[in-house]
Amino acid sequence: MTKALPSVSRPASPGFATFDDRHHSLLIDGDGEPDFGAIQTSEDFLALKRRVRRFILPATVLFLTWYVTFVLLSAYAADFMSTPLFGTVNVGLTMGFLQFVTTIIITMAYARYSKKRLDPQVEKVRALAETDEELV
Amino acid sequence: MTGTNTAINLSVFGIFVLLTLYIVYRASTRNVSASDYYAAGSSFTGTQNGIALSGDFLSAASFLGISGAIAVNGYDGFLYSIGWVVAWLIGLMLIAERLRNTGRYTMGDVMAFRMRQRPVRAAAANATLVISLFYMIAQMAGAGGLMALLLDVHSSVGQAIIIAVVGIVMVLYVLVGGMKGTTWVQIIKAVLLILTVTLLTIFLIGKFGFDMSAMLDRATQKSPLGEAVLSPGVKYGASDLSKIDFLSLALALVLGTASLPHVLMRFYTVPNAREARKSVVWATWMMAIFYSCTLVIGFGAMALVGTDKITGAPGGENSAAPLLAFQVGGTVLLGIVCAVAFATILAVVAGLTLTASASFAHDVYANVIKHGEADPRDEVRVARITAVCVGVLAIVGGIAANGQNVAFLVALAFALAASANLPTLLYSLFWKRFNTRGTLWSIYGGLTSCVLLIAFSPAISGSKSSVFPDADFAFFPLSNPGIVSIPLSFLAGFLGTILSKEPADPAKQSEMEVRGLTGIGSDLR
Repeated sequence: MTKALPSVSRPASPGFATFDDRHHSLLIDGDGEPDFGAIQTSEDFLALKRRVRRFILPATVLFLTWYVTFVLLSAYAADFMSTPLFGTVNVGLTMGFLQFVTTIIITMAYARYSKKRLDPQVEKVRALAETDEELV
Repeated sequence: MTGTNTAINLSVFGIFVLLTLYIVYRASTRNVSASDYYAAGSSFTGTQNGIALSGDFLSAASFLGISGAIAVNGYDGFLYSIGWVVAWLIGLMLIAERLRNTGRYTMGDVMAFRMRQRPVRAAAANATLVISLFYMIAQMAGAGGLMALLLDVHSSVGQAIIIAVVGIVMVLYVLVGGMKGTTWVQIIKAVLLILTVTLLTIFLIGKFGFDMSAMLDRATQKSPLGEAVLSPGVKYGASDLSKIDFLSLALALVLGTASLPHVLMRFYTVPNAREARKSVVWATWMMAIFYSCTLVIGFGAMALVGTDKITGAPGGENSAAPLLAFQVGGTVLLGIVCAVAFATILAVVAGLTLTASASFAHDVYANVIKHGEADPRDEVRVARITAVCVGVLAIVGGIAANGQNVAFLVALAFALAASANLPTLLYSLFWKRFNTRGTLWSIYGGLTSCVLLIAFSPAISGSKSSVFPDADFAFFPLSNPGIVSIPLSFLAGFLGTILSKEPADPAKQSEMEVRGLTGIGSDLR
């Protein structure tokens, strides 16, 4: 929420960024503000998006499917879910508890992936828009 | 069991209130700027905020409601726990970091980022207020039931007074402490709560020789339902309709969590996206531990107290955990468990009040009425006045809803959040074309369809357990509307967008996407 109007040097067509008239390689517009349109189409940002998607999409599909499967089995396959596994502990209770376990596994996997694969790439993209004053 | 322990209960609870009020007071002597009031100056660490998040989220519904639902319905009560743990993955991977990077104080900041400010902010504030009030009334209703047990107060006037006291104390937290004070209350409460349930669980499991199977075996003997309590279907298996109700509830639980306004607002109390992520990781661990414990506590209550005794007690299902505490630890443990449960209610309601007041002051007052040019001091003053008004509304609503099942009422708030907020948030974060009309349609479409379906559901009229048992205007057969209203909101957002001639603002979209993923332009480090 910085300013209402795009500044003059921002390309008129947003999906297409031009780099020719830049005085420097940084993606900053005439006012020293980040040029979001140019950053959005930059190679580094697209790479970041791809990396984010590569984890989030399959992980989200996986955990939602697994959860919905559990719920559907509970609703429509009560007999199967009541099969005893360990003493009185049945399939349903075990699957429910496994939901906790998978949630923790995915959470830790995402935290690890973010640290190793996303955060460094975020830094790269941020460097595109950093002016000298902002380098602290 | 009642009467003799009142002094212990009151003193444990009194100590908690005094201690937290002192900390709130100390934490916030210079509590002036809008950023301080709304977001604690974004000065908390991910770990602190993660613990506070679990404090905000683990309500009386979780503690009393779920252990009670498990103690009475067995397996079918367990569903709540699972939904509420799994749901954090949505918060973690889709919402938390992007929200921190794009917004400042409220959910409206994100929803209105690339839309026309005034209508969208007004809509976001409406959704926030409705959801928060619903949630708050559920909590306050729980306070009344708890008090019946804790202080042996059975008259409705007595319980009403207690609900009013809860309301006043929580407004005090918010007025004195703002976000910083409230966050500390959440942290203290979360630690107390998790410690209590963990110790209780270890003790219970130990009583059965660390053998879960033996405990369940004993539980089935003490339940009138026998072995059926370990299988799905006790509560929701009767007919095809009740199975759909079960699916609807499951959907609302998993999609509602990460779109509750008071959960969303927590992400602004940390300085950057990395800390926001860390918050969710901490919160998820706390949830997984907590809900594993409630499973043991629920079946433990069934085994040691017995289902009949629980349903017959004042407070009904909600009294399972306190009764169990009394059974295993006498009056002292009962006092501690009740005080912790009470503190839980207090803290959650304070968090909700803060969120509602922030949403009104920041979205409605500063941006809709004052066109974004309000004096920050005035804004905070408006927020404080709103907090008082919201507190009064919650007290009145809580007295009216006294005696309703807490977990169930809260599930309705989740359905509201999942319908009004989640589709809008996901669209605005991930769909380029999404525009102002789409935003308004999905917020209002989800919110109104959900409210209407609740109003015409068996939860409100037409059955013995409804709010108006004598009237019958229940046209809608499901008691949880999520399965209809959530897809409806997604559809409304989609149709609103493609039917509108107004294109999305491409410059703002670029800014939002870049900022959401990287934090560029948000002054966050």
